[in-house]
Amino acid sequence: MVDLSRKFDCLVIGGGNAALCAAISARRSGASVLVLEGAPKFYRGGNTRHTRNMRCAHDAATDILTGPYTEQEFWEDLQLVTEGQTDEELARHMIRESKDILGWVVEQGVRWQPSLGGTLSLGRTNSFFLGGGRAMLNALYLTAERLGVDILYDAEVLDLDIDNGMFLSADLKQGDGRVTVRAATLVAAAGGFEANIEWLKQYWGEAADNFLIRGTPYNRGSILKMLLNKGVQQVGDPTQCHAVAIDARAPKFDGGIITRHDSVVFGIVVNKHGLRFYDEGEDIWPKRYAIWGRLVAAQPDQIAYIVFDASVRNSFMPTLFPPIEANSIAELAGKFELDAAVLEKTVAEFNAAVRPGTFDHTILDDCRTEGLTPPKTHWARKIETPPYYAYPVRPGITFTYLGTRVNKQARMLMKDGKPAANMFAAGEIMAGNVLGKGYAAGIGMTIGSVFGRIAGREAAQNARN
Amino acid sequence: MHGTKILEEADRLMTVCNSCRYCEGLCAVFPAMEMRRSFSDGDLNYFANLCHACGACYTDCQFSPPHEFNVNVPKTLAVARAESWAAYAWPRAFAGLFARNGLAISLIAALSVAAFIFGFAALNDRQVLFGIHTGPGAFYKLMPHNAMAALFGAALLYALVALVMGVRAFWRDIGEPIGMLVDPPSLWQAMKDATQLRYLDGGGVGCVNEDERPSDLRKIHHHLTFYGFALCFAATCVATLYHYLIAREAPYPWWDLPVVLGTLGGIGLLIGPAGLLAEKWKRDPALVDQKRMGMDVAFIAMLFLTSLTGMALLLLRDTAAMGPLLALHLGVVFSLFITMPYGKFVHGIYRFVALVRYARERRMMAGV
Repeated sequence: MVDLSRKFDCLVIGGGNAALCAAISARRSGASVLVLEGAPKFYRGGNTRHTRNMRCAHDAATDILTGPYTEQEFWEDLQLVTEGQTDEELARHMIRESKDILGWVVEQGVRWQPSLGGTLSLGRTNSFFLGGGRAMLNALYLTAERLGVDILYDAEVLDLDIDNGMFLSADLKQGDGRVTVRAATLVAAAGGFEANIEWLKQYWGEAADNFLIRGTPYNRGSILKMLLNKGVQQVGDPTQCHAVAIDARAPKFDGGIITRHDSVVFGIVVNKHGLRFYDEGEDIWPKRYAIWGRLVAAQPDQIAYIVFDASVRNSFMPTLFPPIEANSIAELAGKFELDAAVLEKTVAEFNAAVRPGTFDHTILDDCRTEGLTPPKTHWARKIETPPYYAYPVRPGITFTYLGTRVNKQARMLMKDGKPAANMFAAGEIMAGNVLGKGYAAGIGMTIGSVFGRIAGREAAQNARN
Repeated sequence: MHGTKILEEADRLMTVCNSCRYCEGLCAVFPAMEMRRSFSDGDLNYFANLCHACGACYTDCQFSPPHEFNVNVPKTLAVARAESWAAYAWPRAFAGLFARNGLAISLIAALSVAAFIFGFAALNDRQVLFGIHTGPGAFYKLMPHNAMAALFGAALLYALVALVMGVRAFWRDIGEPIGMLVDPPSLWQAMKDATQLRYLDGGGVGCVNEDERPSDLRKIHHHLTFYGFALCFAATCVATLYHYLIAREAPYPWWDLPVVLGTLGGIGLLIGPAGLLAEKWKRDPALVDQKRMGMDVAFIAMLFLTSLTGMALLLLRDTAAMGPLLALHLGVVFSLFITMPYGKFVHGIYRFVALVRYARERRMMAGV
């Protein structure tokens, strides 16, 4: 049993990658550490459970990475996806530290695998966890336990006692009552608020009812809210998040990776009125993957349909839910209660606009439409081989970007701009510092590991002083 | 649609796994799955026999129970595997032996031992049965060598024929062309994978057994069991060669090759099965095919008893206990031989064939 009456050097709230990296780092720096994971043991680790890879800069190819990925290139990629909405000093600091993190997580028991299947073209930039995110978490938890980090599951934090930027204690739900836990420092690594539909509605309105949450139902943002209410400076646009188009048949929460679709380039996407609304051939994976969530969120009833034909049926990753099949476009429309005449017209107009080219889905090829609005600028091929198929898709929210502002030491900044006395943040709860918008695969894990390690180290040092 | 409910479930899981693929680095099952988009009964039986039940994919899976997707690959494939063995059994009439395997094996073992004891008693007088026999040919005072050789040769031959017929059925089920047999690099690869238990290590850290902490204990005990068995088998082969080639008769002195091999093997075959049994009892129930627990335990127990009676015979062969111990040992070994095609023993054979197929698929994919 964990002795909750003692005062810990470092209290870590959260149980995912960032939290565990912070806990291990603090413990290795000599601090006594308590980790409060709000979820039961099986669901420990927040969204890290569903991740698979991490983006780190490296100067040369390694056993697991096919080529160099320099700091500069990483920085340019980040600028591209965020369209400049990032804190340059923090982002560059993170990228520099990411080089060292590749090896550091291995020292904590995490294992990498060579990119075998090639489901994403990330073999050069991203390292893949052997066995996936939950395997990574299992390794981190084993290491933390071995080092003597105390861990509590089902540990819901009800309140934080913060006095003028100084963390004093946290109130923890214990059965019907509550217990106060004291610590010299706080590391908040409790994720975003994507599982809090009511909170999402403040920014998205009723549309948020139609969002599916890809990860843990435990990321309700309660710690984030407490911190913001107690004087911590807010960062990020509350409507910005990592959102992809996932299968509409997915569970409301925790459907994870297997509900994704990467078939957009092989067909067209229509809304509930049977009309196309965006260029399906705009960009290559993974950027195209990360934009469709927001696009679908902007459509009526937040639903869309990826329509394709038999000629491409086996061209993309197998899916958990099979596509709906029909022998004609009209029949397909009927299965989704779409207007058959409109959908037929949409497909016919699209087919008529397709210009011949050489198809190659790995590059921006020359298969495109002419005279169509919106155009399909690459990978456009006629949809004319029955049977016809469609996947219904909805916005799948991975995590939100609204968070707590931090500095390079992962120390939270207060509303007056002053650094907090003893409070640090890592992971999704501060991702908005780096990610103002957009997403690049694996960067959530980079933020978590890099700032987690920094936060733990700084907290331990803070506790000793 | 699939032939059985468990294959339906295996198909559902492989569909989930194929749209995730996080486990592709853990063992051979997932890369084999990734080569396909839909799964026939034979494909699923192939995956089932390729699975070493290391449990890593269960512990690493974000969708394992209590998640609503309820993904439990090791257990599902364990059930499918056992059902496939019954389906491949030859002759078909004996397929039922897999259903109540623990009971069947113990009855057959008891009857075999009893038959040897009664046989010895009926064919020899009391002085011979309980007498002290030493020196070359001592065992044959109780049972003539030719009778022993004929009986065990026949039992072994029968087991071999039944196993070959079973493998043939597996072969057809997985749709593997006969080409596997004439593909030495694939055979060699499978041999290395099997003898090293490459896929019983959860992708490098060890097998998952009672909790999420991986360990190498199952692998170590399996090695002791397998190599113990191999050494004992080698001892028997050397002894047979001694007898027929250089007319050197058992029992042999302790320093002679058959005894040295048999003793080393016997030690492995005592520690290995005991360890495997201990690990099995500790194993997380979520990973265990409870219905076949009896089959696993029966086979482990038979191996243990083979070694135990053999070691006892070695230690006490110069005493009056030799006769009964010889009957006991021969009874256990005889029942082990004749039940081989109808119990857990077959897992090694089918897994090896599955590994050959996997090696061959990989080579063909690489264009070799």
